[in-house]
Amino acid sequence: MSKCSVGLIALSSLLLSGAAIAQEKIRVGVTATLEGTYTVLGEDGMRGHQTALNVLGKKVGDKELEFIVASTDATPDSAVRAVRKLIEQDKVQILLSPLSGDEGIAVKNFAKTHPELTFVNAASGAQEATYVDPAPNFFRYNMDGAQWQVGLGKYAYETKGYRKIATVGEDYSFIYTQVFGLVLEFCGAGGQVTNRQWVPLGTKDFASVIAALPDDVDAIYLGLGGADAVNFLNQYQQAGGKAHLMGGSIMIDQTILSSKGNAKNALIGTIAASGQADTWEDPGWQKFVKAYQDAFPPNKRFPSPSLLATNYYDSTMALILALREVNGDLSSNQAKFKAALAKIEIDAPNGKIKLDANRQAIGTNFVTEVVDDGKGALFSKVVKVIPNVNQTLGYDPAVFAKIGLPSRSVPECKKY
Amino acid sequence: MTRFVERHPAWALIVIIAIALALWLIFAVWPPGLEDAIGRKRVFLNAVFNGITLGGLYFLVASGFTLIFGLMRNVNLAHGSLYLFGGYVGYAISASTGSWILSFIIAFILTALVGVLLQVIVFRRMEGQDLRQTMVTIGLSIVFADLMLWACGGDFYQIQTPNWLIGPIELPLITAIKSSGEPVYLRYPLVRLVIFAASVVIGVAMWLALNRTRMGMIIRAGVDDRDILAATGVRIQVVFVLVFALGAGLAGIAGVVGGTFQSLSPGEDIRFLLASLVVVIVGGMGSIPGAALGALIIGLAEQLGSVYIPTYAIVVTFLIMVVVLALRPQGLLARR
Repeated sequence: MSKCSVGLIALSSLLLSGAAIAQEKIRVGVTATLEGTYTVLGEDGMRGHQTALNVLGKKVGDKELEFIVASTDATPDSAVRAVRKLIEQDKVQILLSPLSGDEGIAVKNFAKTHPELTFVNAASGAQEATYVDPAPNFFRYNMDGAQWQVGLGKYAYETKGYRKIATVGEDYSFIYTQVFGLVLEFCGAGGQVTNRQWVPLGTKDFASVIAALPDDVDAIYLGLGGADAVNFLNQYQQAGGKAHLMGGSIMIDQTILSSKGNAKNALIGTIAASGQADTWEDPGWQKFVKAYQDAFPPNKRFPSPSLLATNYYDSTMALILALREVNGDLSSNQAKFKAALAKIEIDAPNGKIKLDANRQAIGTNFVTEVVDDGKGALFSKVVKVIPNVNQTLGYDPAVFAKIGLPSRSVPECKKY
Repeated sequence: MTRFVERHPAWALIVIIAIALALWLIFAVWPPGLEDAIGRKRVFLNAVFNGITLGGLYFLVASGFTLIFGLMRNVNLAHGSLYLFGGYVGYAISASTGSWILSFIIAFILTALVGVLLQVIVFRRMEGQDLRQTMVTIGLSIVFADLMLWACGGDFYQIQTPNWLIGPIELPLITAIKSSGEPVYLRYPLVRLVIFAASVVIGVAMWLALNRTRMGMIIRAGVDDRDILAATGVRIQVVFVLVFALGAGLAGIAGVVGGTFQSLSPGEDIRFLLASLVVVIVGGMGSIPGAALGALIIGLAEQLGSVYIPTYAIVVTFLIMVVVLALRPQGLLARR
């Protein structure tokens, strides 16, 4: 009996204190892929998020931000489940979610069922999430997969002299978007994409995929990420593969470049494009890299932040700065906060970012080449910086709409 | 064999034709029409070899699983965790000593020890309660997965392939004839061939041990009737511990193999648990030859599927399982 009443008192005091705290805290739910194929990406995303909190602090006026993290596995249903849990159980008011392409589309659709809340995309990069039927309360401060490929096609065709390429990619929306961006530019310049292979996310045994790669092409484009990319490279090395490689944004990234083992050495010299370049000289970028390195001991981080860390940093930054602009005012369905988010321009480490009418980022893109720093660590070196990349990739919106949505076979290899 | 032919002449004929066709596809130089219809022979041969070598890996995992089930009626759903644990141990050893062979030995010993501990501390207490044991193994697999995530993080680990195994070798199989009349031979990763050969050796050794030794006789007797065996005075608990150790150790070895030609990361435990479940369901629970056949079928289905019907490759494995469950629910080579 006495035990029970002690328990009750403890419980009620806990509830009371919870209610007292809730008045001065703003609750933000964060999701990251902390399970499955993209675990490493999710972990580094969270490091970027933590770096942003270290730099900016958690205070908004007299309120304090409280972050609640939920894990997903890159599938859309896991993302919706995590977001729903954060909203219904943890009562979060703002979401920083999600990480991966398919998740982004699902969360965008889910966002429409909660118009009173605000969703800040953490890192997902499928075109559809903001291009098709966008949710008014879904804001994306990173570019999409196609924007991240801007510059690569031309560089491959003009400087490297590649004329025919084949692609291998994971079979989901983000990689479709990446290949979309690549094909538009490469074929627009006059190149040919002879073959597009799609493998399920989470493929372990790539031997047959590698055997089926065509030999009559100048280069092979790899749109893989996380464990898939590492497995591919490992088996590519065992099969004695020697082709020129090109990489997508999460393929040529610290998540892969600093994986253990020597299979990654196949990537030295590979050209790629992404929303960042590891060795960019810009002081803002260098400051961010330093903050990231200082925040974690060397064995608990990558030598340099991955694209995911940067995206999480940027989106956390936008969220905090916009909240500060309205002094943490979340009244009348967060209207002021949303307005602030829509028009905020952030001075992100990877270049200035502003949003378009669909609340999609317009930002800076980087063409890179993988180099060895002499001590066995691989980095992406800047080849070209392209500012002001918008979602229609510089095309007239009407022309862009005719190309169709990214999929296994869209766009066709021709000049639009 | 002859009994099978006598009883099912039609089926035997179909099997013989299928085998002959497969051999022709592998050894003959393909006529141009065939290449146009189903692609280059190099791709086909690679897919077949990959399927067989992947089957070798699946066999290593599933044989321990099926052995433990056969003798103890214990559906060990923590088997995948043992696989991953063995892989991590193998990685640690190969990274610190640089010896690939040593990593197999240590991984085998340590996972076998974990298996012994599991049997002695956990499963002996709930002997004969199949459902409870199964539930406990699910719980254990979750605990192990989190412990390993805590210890090793979410990173991908690859066990370094020794230098003498890196790269492809040429096999005496002609994939095409160049226009100059010069034959092009199949180039195939050496490491996969070595791993396949090793799994065949292990499989044969297990078969010999089960069929030609006293211990094997005891185990087979235990599979048939545990109670009578115990009544004859055999120290059944010792047999249980040994079998559990062997099954776990094999999973550990498989972990090192998997870490060498694929990679190790959280989630692999579930994937290999699922793979070995499918393999033993197709092959027949408790049967070693069944595990070999099941592993071969699933490995081939996965690889050929990923080349010829990439969109539906994931489904093929489960379709096979469904068909087997519908037509021969006890599995292809089960005795009962």
